[in-house]
Order: sequence, then C-alpha cells, then structure tokens
Amino acid sequence: MTARSTAVRWLLVAATLMLSGCATTGGIRGDPIEPVNRVVFEFNEGLDRIVLKPVATGYQAVLPQFVRTTIENFFNNFNDGWSAINHLLQGKPAAALEMGMRFSANTVFGLGFVDVAGAGIERRPEDFGQTLGRWGIGPGPYLVLPVVGPSTLRDTAALALDWRAIPEAFVEQRPERWALGSLHVISVRAGLLATTRALDELALDKYSLVRDGYLARRRMLVYDGNPPDEPEPSDTEPSEDSAPK
Amino acid sequence: MFRRIALGLAMCAAQALALADTAPDAFVLQLSTEVIDAVKSDQAIQAGDVARIRSLVDSKVVPHVNLQRMVVKSVGPPWRSASPEQQKRLTEEFKTYLINTYAGALTQVKDQSVKLRPLRTGTNPNEVVVGTDVVNKGEPLQLDYRLEKTGDTWRIYDFNVVGLWATDSFRNQFARDLSAGGIDALIDRLTEKNKSLAASKS
Repeated sequence: MTARSTAVRWLLVAATLMLSGCATTGGIRGDPIEPVNRVVFEFNEGLDRIVLKPVATGYQAVLPQFVRTTIENFFNNFNDGWSAINHLLQGKPAAALEMGMRFSANTVFGLGFVDVAGAGIERRPEDFGQTLGRWGIGPGPYLVLPVVGPSTLRDTAALALDWRAIPEAFVEQRPERWALGSLHVISVRAGLLATTRALDELALDKYSLVRDGYLARRRMLVYDGNPPDEPEPSDTEPSEDSAPK
Repeated sequence: MFRRIALGLAMCAAQALALADTAPDAFVLQLSTEVIDAVKSDQAIQAGDVARIRSLVDSKVVPHVNLQRMVVKSVGPPWRSASPEQQKRLTEEFKTYLINTYAGALTQVKDQSVKLRPLRTGTNPNEVVVGTDVVNKGEPLQLDYRLEKTGDTWRIYDFNVVGLWATDSFRNQFARDLSAGGIDALIDRLTEKNKSLAASKS
C-alpha cells in the first residue's frame, strides 16, 4: 500500500465525516440523489437480468449443495476473521474473541473450507462500515454503486478497507484474482435467488423497497439488533372522519 | 335448558375472543405459532398450493389486523383527499395485497419456529411493539409487530422485517404512483399487481 493510496483512503473517510450530515434533504429522507440512484439501479437490474441471474441459476443447478456450501464457507471464513477485527475496533472484546475462535477453528480444523464451529459459535458478521457507524459516523446519503449495488456514503468509503480483507486481495495474479472475485459474486448471488424472486414479484417499486430494506438492515447491523426507536410519523394516523371498514 | 344454551353461547364467544384477549405478546406468539404449524402440517400447502395459504391468511390472520389504520398509515396524507368510494376500493385492494405479501413469506416456511423477545412497554398502555425471532438454522430473522388495543382486543396494525416497518416501505413505494396519478393510479396499480400475483402462483 503506497503512501498516496493510504492518503486517498483517509481523505475518503474524512469526506464521509463531513458529508454524512447532508442526508436529510431531498424527497425521501436519506436519498437526496434519488434520480441518479434510480438510473444506476436500472443499469444494475439489467446487468443482473442478463448476466448475474442466469449464471447464478446455472451455478445453483449444476453444483451440488455441499460444493456450494464449501465455497460459501471459504469466503465466510475470511469474513469471520475480518469481523473479529471489527468487533475489537468497536470495543466488543468478548465478541471479537468469539469470532476469532470461530476463524481459528475453521481455518485449522476445517482447513478454511469446513464450518467446524457451526452453530456452536454464532456468526456475527461485522464490516468496517458498521465500525464507522459504531464510532458515530452517520450513514450519509444513500448511493447505488454500479455493479456493487446499494450502499451509503459511509459504507462506500469503508469498502476501501473491506476489500482488502477478502481472499481476492491476497491473490497476486490479476486473472486469478478476477476468477476468485467472480466466484465470490456468483456464490453470493445464488444464495439470494429465492429472496430476489420474491421481491421482484411483490414490489410495487423495487428501487424503493431495496433502498428501504438496505438502509433498515444497515441500521440494525450497526446497533447489533437494537436500534434506537424512531418516532412514528404523526401525519399518517387516521382522522376522525375517515371512512368505516 | 335455557341455561345450557346460554352457557354454550358464552363458551363460543369466549373461544373467539380468547385469542385476542390475552397479553399482546402471548397473543402474537400464539397466532404466529398457529399459522406456522398450519402451514407445516398442511400437505397441499407444502406441495405448493398458494391459494390455500392465501385463504389461511385471510381466515386466521386478517381478523386480527386493524386494516383501516394500516392502510391509512401506508398511504399517508393523500388518504385524506380521497373520496369514501376511493378509500373503500383502496382498502380492498390493499387487503388483498397484504394477504399476497404474507402468503409469499409463508411459502418459505420449512422448519421455522417463533420465539418472543422480552416485551418493552412504552408510555401508552394501549399500544405496544412485540418483537419475535423466526428461528431456523443460521441467523434468526427479526419480525416485530405494532399492536393497538381497542376495548379488550389487541390488533396488529404494522409489522417490521429486519428493521423495516411495512407501512414505511409501502408509503415510499406508493408515493411514486400517487404523485404520478393520485389515488386512482395507486388503486389501478395495486389491482394490477394483485391480478398478476394471483395468476402467477396459484
């Protein structure tokens, strides 16, 4: 990592700190650049329809479950190690120790491919975006990234670090790194096929549903399942003269 | 003999009310467990009969939902400028849409069970949020409910999946059709969506 790229990364984090207060303007709260986001979303949907979904469907049809689970375990294991570090950064030593144990057990006894820890040690994934959130940095405006998909200003800045903690980052040769990265994407996409099928059918406005779902989930993850209560909007309660059922 | 009839009637009424007349969290747990058990044990549903799930939801769940409050919350301020006729149509389509949504979620039920999270009461004794975890293997899925008490019965008027309140999600989704063509546009959109959902699955 050169000095310049380090500086760029920290500039990104600083920019996030400054801009994360700007999320409250615009039509929908938290989405000030909605028109732009919608365009990128449509592009991603097209890419998904033409490339990702067919490949992931084929992947799911051709590979037996235990092979797909093994591949998933491989990527999850790296994630567990990174999660342990993030738990520590967030001041949660007990969780860090647990995830660290998970990572060591799976790496040593499972050789990185078998989830030996299983349900014995609960998986609690943490990424750097959640760490920044824990440190008090608000999410900032919602962003749809090309190919990558939903994100926020804070989480995008955090990706710079998250992407150094995935297996692909440790592969020297370009073609092998791209191959591993593609496998990673397809593995994740295949896991989401059932969910996205349901979303496609039900949503009246898929962009809106994906955004709200993503932002809600990030909030849950940052607060580890216990977000502070948000007040209910007061102008949506029934008035006295609304029609009977 | 009159006493026996009266006793029989009273027992029937008590049965019907019994479910909702308990504490809100016990009520939610009982209702969720009943629905999940019904889905798991019904052969036709496990074989993929979605129409059956829909009628299950209609008969078992909908009576315990405050549909009126839910649709008003999901539509937002434009509700007040709608005519009674429009409101009636919108409520009907919204009810069908809700049933379809919930039925869609229930098609994924295989081995799940429901656990309650500790009840947190707020300042209003007639409104409460009940938190549940839908457990399978892997991470539990958080599913919360907002309930209100009218008289002696608790009714659901909102639900939350992994942090997102349904009425918030609906309000944002409906906003596009509402700003494009008003209440009628939304009714048409919902009607169309319900038709395609009925056609694709059953």
